[in-house]
Amino acid sequence: MDKLWLIIKREYLNKVRNKTFIVMTFVSPLIFVGVVLLIGWLTSINSDTARKIAILDQTDGDFISLFESSDRNEYIKLDGISKEAAVAASKQADYYGLILMESRDGALTDLSFYSDDSPSKDFLESIEDKINDKATSQSLEDVGISPSLILERKIDKEIQVQNFSGEKTSKMSGWIKIATGGAAGYLLMMFIIIYGNMVMRSVIEEKTSRIIEIIVSSVKPIYLMIGKITGTSLAGITQFIIWVIVGFILLTIGTTFFGVEAFTNPANADVMAQAQDMTKMELVINDIAQLPILKLLICFFIYFMGGYFLYASIYTAIGAAVDNETDTQQFMLPVIVPLMLAIYVGFFSVMDNPHGTVAVVFSYIPLTSPIVMLMRIPFGDIAWWEIASSMLLLYVSIIGVAMLAAKIYRIGILMYGKKTNWKELYKWLRY
Amino acid sequence: MDNALEVQHIKKIYGDFTALNDVSFSVPKGSVYGLLGPNGAGKTSLIRIINQITMPDGGKILLNGEQLQPKHIEDIGYMPEERGLYKSMKVGEQCIYLARLKGLSKTEAKERLQYWFDRLGIEGWWNKKLQELSKGMAQKVQFIVTVMHEPSLLIFDEPFSGFDPVNANLIKDEILKLRDDGATIIFSTHRMESVEEMCDHIALINKSNLVLQGKLSDVKQQYRDRNYAVSLICMNNDMAFQQIPSEFNPLPIELSGLDNTLDFQIRIPENVEIPVALNKLTHLGELTHFSEVIPSVNDIFIQTVQHNG
Repeated sequence: MDKLWLIIKREYLNKVRNKTFIVMTFVSPLIFVGVVLLIGWLTSINSDTARKIAILDQTDGDFISLFESSDRNEYIKLDGISKEAAVAASKQADYYGLILMESRDGALTDLSFYSDDSPSKDFLESIEDKINDKATSQSLEDVGISPSLILERKIDKEIQVQNFSGEKTSKMSGWIKIATGGAAGYLLMMFIIIYGNMVMRSVIEEKTSRIIEIIVSSVKPIYLMIGKITGTSLAGITQFIIWVIVGFILLTIGTTFFGVEAFTNPANADVMAQAQDMTKMELVINDIAQLPILKLLICFFIYFMGGYFLYASIYTAIGAAVDNETDTQQFMLPVIVPLMLAIYVGFFSVMDNPHGTVAVVFSYIPLTSPIVMLMRIPFGDIAWWEIASSMLLLYVSIIGVAMLAAKIYRIGILMYGKKTNWKELYKWLRY
Repeated sequence: MDNALEVQHIKKIYGDFTALNDVSFSVPKGSVYGLLGPNGAGKTSLIRIINQITMPDGGKILLNGEQLQPKHIEDIGYMPEERGLYKSMKVGEQCIYLARLKGLSKTEAKERLQYWFDRLGIEGWWNKKLQELSKGMAQKVQFIVTVMHEPSLLIFDEPFSGFDPVNANLIKDEILKLRDDGATIIFSTHRMESVEEMCDHIALINKSNLVLQGKLSDVKQQYRDRNYAVSLICMNNDMAFQQIPSEFNPLPIELSGLDNTLDFQIRIPENVEIPVALNKLTHLGELTHFSEVIPSVNDIFIQTVQHNG
């Protein structure tokens, strides 16, 4: 036991003192924040140059007055020329586009937008809405109905979403849950891949530097394997805790200095500004507060340990079976496929219906359960026994997989210069 | 005489390949025991079994009279042929780690390492990473790691490969000193001259079988074959060339001569007394040299392996 502790300590310190680890741990949250800010900044420059858009209004409706030039769009009003001439002129002047309103007897018949670019749906709809609103008012007035009366009498109720215990949520709720679950599942997958690879590289390093023979003449290979996996996982947990703390600090600084606006997408800022209704904002915040954050954190921890131990055992066996990192490719498939499958099941089946058959089944299969169950948890309504039995299944299978991996490991670490294939591995299992 | 190690009927089978087939021998306490054999004969398999890295499929091993158990790991020091240490770990830290895996306490480990680092003149390298050390320097560290826990049995696999002659001598002297202090040494090597110099007992493994074992002097006695080296100044070379092959089975048939001197080896047949043979030789010319050729370990090795092959 003393020796196991020594190995864990060495593996942990070796990982934590590594320069790449330190840089990754402290710099990557900053890089993440930096990238978010950079994207925001780039988006704001992107909309700096105003697009030139020509308008030709052949109706009597004075629709042209609807279009006011702004920072983003500069409108050039054309008058008294034919449709063909307007198209030619716009093309020659290299305008972004041309809005054309055609008429018969002064009334609007056709609305077109000419452009060599592909204008966004939002943009086109905003043009449609402006013109249709005004045209509707005019046509109502023509038959003697006052549009303001209609507006007054119009009923526009927004649907209130709440659960059966009466807690109100916003329409954003589902999206927030998807984002939280998705982020947790994705993070878990990244952790498994990063730390699993770390364990594998460390096994290969010991094998190629030949120190393995000295170590296994002092301790049983199984101790070395367990010590290595545990030490590395502790390094992973250290990194995760530091990220949570740094993230919390950055979030606090961010909200105090920039206010909540910093977290809304600058591209939609104007849309949001109109829609921004304090009660809605409060509901969103309320939604976030209502997520089972503590449950999620605890489950993340337990599933991380379980998923990591399961995959790390496989990674260790792979590391022991090969002589260098390039030879690992052929064995990577059984690691990558279940992880990918879990992520896809998570993003499609769980998001679609968190209690559907596929989502439920995959949240029990040990190779996919850490990710899929973690994605289901934010949606709530998962009985504790469901989580408990999924965890139990995971931890029981770890023992089985680790035992098989240990067999391969024990033989593989002392096998040099031999190309290993699946058949060979199967033989080792039977020694 | 007490035996430090007894290997009894050891068998090791990998799939359908037999790596060791009923191998038995005893290593007397305080001896330097040469474990010889061509590549792939099974030496490494046997050493790994003694180190409890792998388990035998049959037979047993006694260390100082006790059946091999996990606690004996601390009483064996092993330097593998494929040397290896953590490249990016500091030398001192690494040695302490490995010493503690062998059961030493941290303070004990530090003390002993201090002693060995001073002794081998590498005290300035404590805080350097292994990858900054020269090959010879790293070999010294490897040697220290092998011996620092003062085991009663030391196993060296090709101990001198990678050392320059000066350092090889230094290590040789250290090994002999360890023997004088009571340790038993097992040497696995291809370098026969070092066996000749250091070993008092040998065992030869070929194709998974033990083919020869015993005290080096006894083995040599057994392989004496009435071979003699002769130098002769002849009066008539032609006559000598005619007579020698017919009477003495020269081995090999190669008579080399400087001026009138002929140097050659002969094998004197069983039925001819040595003085009679000597007498015949003096009749051919002036005998300047006559001595028995004791077979070298190298000769014994090659002869045995070829004979068995």
